[in-house]
Amino acid sequence: MKKKLLAFGLVGVCLMSLLTGCGSENENGKVYYLNFKPEQDAQWQELAEIYTEETGIPVTVMTAASGQYETTLKSEMAKTDAPTLFQVNGPVGLEGWKDYCYDLSGSDIAGQLSSTEFALMDGEKMAGISYVIETYGLIYNKSLLAQAGYSAEDINSFADLKAVAEDITARSDELGFSAFTSAGMDGSSDWRFKTHLANLPIYYEYKADGIGTTDAIKGTYLDNYRAIWDLYINNATCEPTMLSTKTGDDAVAEFVTGKAVFYQNGTWAYADISSLGDENIGMLPIYIGVEGEENQGLCTGTENYWCVNGKASEKDIQATLDFMNWCVTSEVGVNAMCGTTGAMPSGADGMGFVIPFKSNLESSNVLVNQANEYVANGYTSVSWNFPTMPSEEWKNGVGSALTTYAADQTDENWNAVVTAFVDGWASEAAK
Amino acid sequence: MEKAIKKYMPIFVFPTLAAFIIGFILPFILGIWLSFCEFTTVTDAKFVGFSNYIKAFQDPDFLHSFWFTALFAIVSLVVINVFAFLLALALTQKMRGTNIFRTIFFMPNLIGGIVLGYIWQLIINGVLAKYNTALALNEWYGFWGLIILVSWQQIGYMMIIYIAGLQAIPGDIIEAAQIDGANPIQRLFKVTLPMMMPSITICVFLSITNGFKLFDQNLSLTAGEPSKLSELMALNIYNTFYGRVGWEGVGQAKAVIFFIIVVGIGMWQLKATRAKEVQQ
Repeated sequence: MKKKLLAFGLVGVCLMSLLTGCGSENENGKVYYLNFKPEQDAQWQELAEIYTEETGIPVTVMTAASGQYETTLKSEMAKTDAPTLFQVNGPVGLEGWKDYCYDLSGSDIAGQLSSTEFALMDGEKMAGISYVIETYGLIYNKSLLAQAGYSAEDINSFADLKAVAEDITARSDELGFSAFTSAGMDGSSDWRFKTHLANLPIYYEYKADGIGTTDAIKGTYLDNYRAIWDLYINNATCEPTMLSTKTGDDAVAEFVTGKAVFYQNGTWAYADISSLGDENIGMLPIYIGVEGEENQGLCTGTENYWCVNGKASEKDIQATLDFMNWCVTSEVGVNAMCGTTGAMPSGADGMGFVIPFKSNLESSNVLVNQANEYVANGYTSVSWNFPTMPSEEWKNGVGSALTTYAADQTDENWNAVVTAFVDGWASEAAK
Repeated sequence: MEKAIKKYMPIFVFPTLAAFIIGFILPFILGIWLSFCEFTTVTDAKFVGFSNYIKAFQDPDFLHSFWFTALFAIVSLVVINVFAFLLALALTQKMRGTNIFRTIFFMPNLIGGIVLGYIWQLIINGVLAKYNTALALNEWYGFWGLIILVSWQQIGYMMIIYIAGLQAIPGDIIEAAQIDGANPIQRLFKVTLPMMMPSITICVFLSITNGFKLFDQNLSLTAGEPSKLSELMALNIYNTFYGRVGWEGVGQAKAVIFFIIVVGIGMWQLKATRAKEVQQ
């Protein structure tokens, strides 16, 4: 008899272990945010804790590893406790998730937007809301540029940039630095070129054709793309053949140690390079030699849209909407999102965002301020068109072709870039 | 006693069976079902018939990765097993320090594939940098880099299996051959090797399936560069599934095709080498 009991007991334990994990439902709903930005994980965790303390509504924040967002989202969404708040990068990202997006029109948070252009629409439905605006361009080291005998005012077109860069390269032994940081094509850095730099030819083509997205890119400005890429790789700190092994950290290191003047990146990189001192950091537009580019500003846009999971329960959806609204209206939330040094209640650094909501605060990020200056001075910002790139697959194809071309700069290898760009776009867009 | 075992059998079998069904059988069936569907998350899928399979077979990268993988599996199979067998022979001789050597050769196998991939990427790129080139520029650098990597990782493991096999050969058979006048080469090929067939079967099976399924090392060493030319099948499936919106089902179909290929080759190989095994 005892043995029987023991056996049943053991089976019971086995079953219990299978069933644990099915927690109980909270009466007022709960929030589960799958965060895209690893660099802001700590801040979101802290905000979640504070919100739970204030309201009693449990908020879970999980952050996907860099480059693993889609992977994580796909598996998390299949679970019973799926994320109630997740992110898409724009129209192409939305394509895969539109059935999951709750219609945000008329919600409190939609009312907080400073302009409706920051909403991501799926027909009539407001599928997503951008929560951060970012800017990128050619970050430069002011004192090095002055040492080379130039200032930012001298650079107002691609021809100027080319002349300055090639002059620095010619005198690099004497000056002790190069024009550009290494254009690393390692996975940690290649998005700066296959995605962000590629945005410029796409932007000008869309502009010339008066469109906002396309299934068939023509590649009108690819010669300009080649020109700027040539300039980057042939005036850099390393041989073009070595680019496939260079990482994002290498470029940052070269920039902050004064080995190069120019570093293509965006406002989010401020924390990495702030050790140079605010007075030494500036950002220039990326000129690619298109007519009228003297009025071109920096590249400003977003690829971070908040979406609410429409398949979650009513209570959870409401809780999530309340949480989002709290983030962009409460003092704590706004400070955390916009502030930099010491902005979190715990004294940690804030996220340093520019947010497209009415509550946005003045920023202490020099790169952000530089971006605002360009807008104030009447320069036209370049929009972010890479959310319309057809897939990751397309970006990888362009990236590989760029790497091969860098190592051996022949017309034939450039044609492979053009093929990956134009034909790859068509075949990826057609699926 | 027999009766008691029968009576309580369900109690003892049930937990394991349940775990096996939940953890293996159900996901497997779900996986096959999903290969006929279009889906974003695995819980809501729409049946689309064979179109995923048609797309999979029309993908030139997938076909390229198949031949690249097949070549890789064959080369790694030969290299790993030849070296593992020679090492096993050497380390079963009577000499000092065999245990230390066995440990040292086995150790690389304890390191994870991703880490190994990055370490070897640094080493190989460091060497190639002298010749002004890099791993990501030529698929054959990636190919031989992978061969070196998996050899280094798996030779130790196979060596242990071969050592166990060698030690299990009764000394009297070898001695009898010696007395009959067989020279060392003849003893190796006519006595030792046939007696070793069970170990060879298992080692060949392991290395050929490992070769086909190789993923982490490929991901971290070359990530398929340049332009997917060094992409093995497992990585191709992963990239299809996660790299393209709307291609999840195609990735799943490729995975099913991949499963059939690996099982087919594994079965055929087991049958072929089993036939050569001898009774003692």
